[in-house]
Amino acid sequence: MWKTIKRWYHQLGSPRYFYGFCNAVLPWLVPIALVVLVVGLAWGLAWAPVERYQGDSYRIIYIHVPASSGALMGYIAMGVAGLVALVWRMKMAEVMLKALAPFGAVLAAVSLITGALWGKPTWGTYWQWDARMTSMLILLFLYLGIIALQSAIRDPRQAARAASLLAVVGVINVVIVKYSVEWLQTLHQGATLKMVGESSINDAMKYPLLISMLGLWLLYAANVLIRARAEVLSRERRSGWVRKLVAPGDGKGGR
Amino acid sequence: MLFRDLDFSAHDGQIWQITGANGAGKTTLLRILVGLHGFYEGEVRWDGPLAPSLLYLGHQPGVREELTARENLRYSQALAGQSGDVDAALDALGLYGFEDVPAGRLSAGQKRRIALARLWLGDKRVWVLDEPFTAIDQDGVARLDARLREAAAAGTLVLYTSHHRVGEDVHRLHLSGAGAEVLA
Amino acid sequence: MSAIWWASLRRELTLIWRAPADMVQPLFFFVVVVSLFPLGLSPKPELLALVAPGAVWVAALLAVMLSLDGLFRRDQESGALDQMLTAPVVTVVPVSAKLLAHWLLTGLPLALIAPLLGYMMQLPVAVLDTLMVSVLLGTPTLTVVGAIGAALTVGLNRGGILLAVLVLPLYIPVLVFGAGVVRTAQDGLPTDGLLAVLGAILALALSLGPVAVALGLRISAGD
Repeated sequence: MWKTIKRWYHQLGSPRYFYGFCNAVLPWLVPIALVVLVVGLAWGLAWAPVERYQGDSYRIIYIHVPASSGALMGYIAMGVAGLVALVWRMKMAEVMLKALAPFGAVLAAVSLITGALWGKPTWGTYWQWDARMTSMLILLFLYLGIIALQSAIRDPRQAARAASLLAVVGVINVVIVKYSVEWLQTLHQGATLKMVGESSINDAMKYPLLISMLGLWLLYAANVLIRARAEVLSRERRSGWVRKLVAPGDGKGGR
Repeated sequence: MLFRDLDFSAHDGQIWQITGANGAGKTTLLRILVGLHGFYEGEVRWDGPLAPSLLYLGHQPGVREELTARENLRYSQALAGQSGDVDAALDALGLYGFEDVPAGRLSAGQKRRIALARLWLGDKRVWVLDEPFTAIDQDGVARLDARLREAAAAGTLVLYTSHHRVGEDVHRLHLSGAGAEVLA
Repeated sequence: MSAIWWASLRRELTLIWRAPADMVQPLFFFVVVVSLFPLGLSPKPELLALVAPGAVWVAALLAVMLSLDGLFRRDQESGALDQMLTAPVVTVVPVSAKLLAHWLLTGLPLALIAPLLGYMMQLPVAVLDTLMVSVLLGTPTLTVVGAIGAALTVGLNRGGILLAVLVLPLYIPVLVFGAGVVRTAQDGLPTDGLLAVLGAILALALSLGPVAVALGLRISAGD
């Protein structure tokens, strides 16, 4: 078991192998992700039972919850990739970190927008400084910080290492932020209405939620692999195997 | 990409002059050698840990204008762990009388001399100097030239970038877009 | 190693002392920003007392952040930073001395005048000491965490705004608990637990921060 993991780690750590891996996986991953997501969303939005107190408006959780969880998981994954990049100087971890950021930021934004749309019928207002919404807003800021730092540094490897450090610091920060905003709520008890907790959801509502969540995560993974593949090609453009790929005829190819 | 196919080994008591056009990667090569630049393909091997024996003088002299000549050199000395006499080192570079003047009021050449004074503080076996001859006058060039020969004779490895050639038996490394080449 | 640390501390203090504007301007900024609140909101004492903890804390946060923009810049431009990075000591040694010097001459003065600004913002006299202690415990964290951002942006031209984008989200916990302590004191509730939280965040920042700053400087140098 351990040996297999170690072998994967080394193989996927090689840009050339990674490129082949992406090519093999993506043609399957993209359609599967889309089908799972569509099934989950259609089931949730059209067939799942109506919620007793919120009526149909609760159905936005089929987008909101997967997006929120994806945004959070994505940031944590960036922190892990950042740590690996810093400690072991693994290039593929740098590539992954860069690839994780854009879609994660989009998911955080989607989570905020759907949260606001859900808030209107539930809270009577689009925006409340409720603990989860506040945390998600800060998570979006953290994503934007990573993207801003990366785009400000010209050398791609330096940019990736800088972003790695920021992501690791950011993950520690996310944990503290979570506790601090939760504590902030206790300071103003009663001001917020609780959203429906997951536990009160029945099975007929839960399965489509789990399926759409899985679908969105798969889509995120596909997006990351597509971005990472492009980044690998751009970084390795001078190496022999990429040159051959670009111009198989003469083996020289572009720059 | 700045250079490729670069392969050389340098030993105690040698002086290596690194030449090349602007932008050929001389500064980058030195930064790679001292461990400041990590994004390269290839391998740099030093015999034993480099930091304790390294004296690195970067493209910028590393002199803060708010501090006096003596304060600047004292700090460099403490940081690098050198034991020599600060005032004597400043004196050796003709900075006698300027010890307590803030570096901001000194000329570019004098600032460079404050940095070069580190070469007179001793205790370092590997000198990596980025354009040490810039901005200093003829007298300064002569003193530095003599100092580099003296150090090499005592077993110090000197690697420097400049068009100035120190002595006849200097090893030369030329960087160009086509590749790097060791001359002599 | 400790000799190098003391030499570094001496140098850093001398540097700030020789360019006192670096020390005075954050303080001036702090005072000006807090003075804007009564002018922009309303001079009504009850309202001011309500927003005072947040206003003072936001101003302190911005003052520290702005003062950090130049923390490593002149060392980088002059080449002194490369000396620190190639020295035969871990970079944390000169870096921690620098952070301490910066806090002593920026964060500490901010904490010392915070009660005065709190008073001007109509905070009850009884909570002014809590305000000072909270700023005292919070500003070192701001210095250390902000220095990570300053280290990562040191070689970039557009440092200022980028630094704010990177660092302000990281400052949020300190803001929440720092201002929260003062509000809790205003409500007449015990503040020990919250001060302990600020202290715990400070301990975390002090234990991991300098290493991260040193790493950030190495990355900015190109390693």
